[in-house]
Amino acid sequence: MSSIGTGYDLSVTTFSPDGRVFQIEYAAKAVDNSGTVIGIKCKDGIVLGVEKLIASKMMLPGSNRRIHSVHRHSGMAVAGLAADGRQIVARTKSEATNYDSVYGEPIPVKELAERVASYVHLCTLYWWLRFSETDSHYHFKLYFFVFFTSITYCWRFHRPFGCGVILGGYDRDGPQLYMVEPSGVSYRYFGAAIGKGRQAAKTEIEKLKLTDMTCRQGVIEVAKIIYGVHDEAKDKDFELEMSWVCDESNRQHQKVPDGLLEEAKAAAKAALEEMDAD
Amino acid sequence: MASNSDSVSDTQRSLYPYVTGTSVVALKYKNGILMAADMGGSYGSTLRYKSIDRLKPIGKHSLLGASGEISDFQEILRYLDELILYDNMWDDGNSLGPKEVHNYLTRVMYNRRNKFNPLWNALVLGGVKNGQKYLGMVNMIGINFEDNHVATGLGNHLARPILRDEWHENLTFEEGVKLLEKCMRVLLYRDRSAVNKIQISKITEEGATLFSPFSLKTCWEFSAFKNPTVGAEGSW
Repeated sequence: MSSIGTGYDLSVTTFSPDGRVFQIEYAAKAVDNSGTVIGIKCKDGIVLGVEKLIASKMMLPGSNRRIHSVHRHSGMAVAGLAADGRQIVARTKSEATNYDSVYGEPIPVKELAERVASYVHLCTLYWWLRFSETDSHYHFKLYFFVFFTSITYCWRFHRPFGCGVILGGYDRDGPQLYMVEPSGVSYRYFGAAIGKGRQAAKTEIEKLKLTDMTCRQGVIEVAKIIYGVHDEAKDKDFELEMSWVCDESNRQHQKVPDGLLEEAKAAAKAALEEMDAD
Repeated sequence: MASNSDSVSDTQRSLYPYVTGTSVVALKYKNGILMAADMGGSYGSTLRYKSIDRLKPIGKHSLLGASGEISDFQEILRYLDELILYDNMWDDGNSLGPKEVHNYLTRVMYNRRNKFNPLWNALVLGGVKNGQKYLGMVNMIGINFEDNHVATGLGNHLARPILRDEWHENLTFEEGVKLLEKCMRVLLYRDRSAVNKIQISKITEEGATLFSPFSLKTCWEFSAFKNPTVGAEGSW
């Protein structure tokens, strides 16, 4: 399953003999160790949910946000190394506002996902990048600079982002859900899950009839899945963080309203008890 | 005409405004701020545009009224849009209030002035946050202050004397509107760039309301207008 790199895994600029880049695979492992993050596309919007594992009882509930708004119409949930995630979110916000100021309309979610993926991928190739605000096609400016430096500096510090991102937004083409992995690959999904419980979560998501579901119902389902997937034995405490962007929220990305969140948590706990009782 | 940039460096720039809005008048009343402006955009001495919105809500708590160059006003709205967007994205329960927005605008205006590239506006920023009313003004050279009633342009000379006499704390909404209408009427008579299409807006703790534009009634039945040459033989 996991083969030892032995020599081919020291740098992200090295392929192994069987054509793998081990550093990127190791980055994906960092994502796999984080709390589960789920996104689903319902018929009228997107719901994002995060199982926020609480490291210490001293932490204030509601702090260490894992879901961020990147523009009015879209949000991003981050799994993996939190500091890397912050960088990606900042870059995404910048791309979104830049597009808006140049083209006068909110950035289409597809375009935003492409830019995020492009950025994540770039950081698996080059170690020192000079980004300017207006540069969304970095390759042109970087080409000469990188050509000279990468040869001499390729043994210096560079690592891929240790985080995966689920990006959900609502634009003219309707609600859309994208997932970007540390390798820079991005696909569009009906339902996506990353983190510890992603296998179980994906199975649960596949059972849902998403095309018939409204976001209101979706919020309840996401809560149930996250509660279900949470491993009581290994990780004691977690906080559920959820957001949505749907017709009901006026196509704005926002935290799920408190009332609905409580309702979802209650329903999820009830569903768990039912399962335990069986 | 407009002073041109040096051939050597582009650092010296002053501007001339092209399409301008005239006065904005605002006052504090019991529940918040009332602001009035007409909807005219003058192209020099021509009253070219008659439906320009010069009062805009900013975020949840503020209202911005602008006189001066309209394109600079639109640029300021873009800056503020981004400011409010980033503020909203924090999603932390806090939001920028009128005092903060006014301060931001002052910094922008003053710094532009220092680079000899001013935004040719006089801005009125009013709002209510947590029960506190705030009304301030900032102009193109960065002069800023807050007061119970403010005006821009000719409003300073024609409207503020009226307000100094007749404004008091805890005006009701109706009293405030009447007072604003009185000021706008004087401006309509005496300001050559005024247009008879007035917009009034208010901002309270609940939010901003922009009322539909209306026209003021004017009276031209003064005896001096009927026989204007009486007392000045030979004039017309």
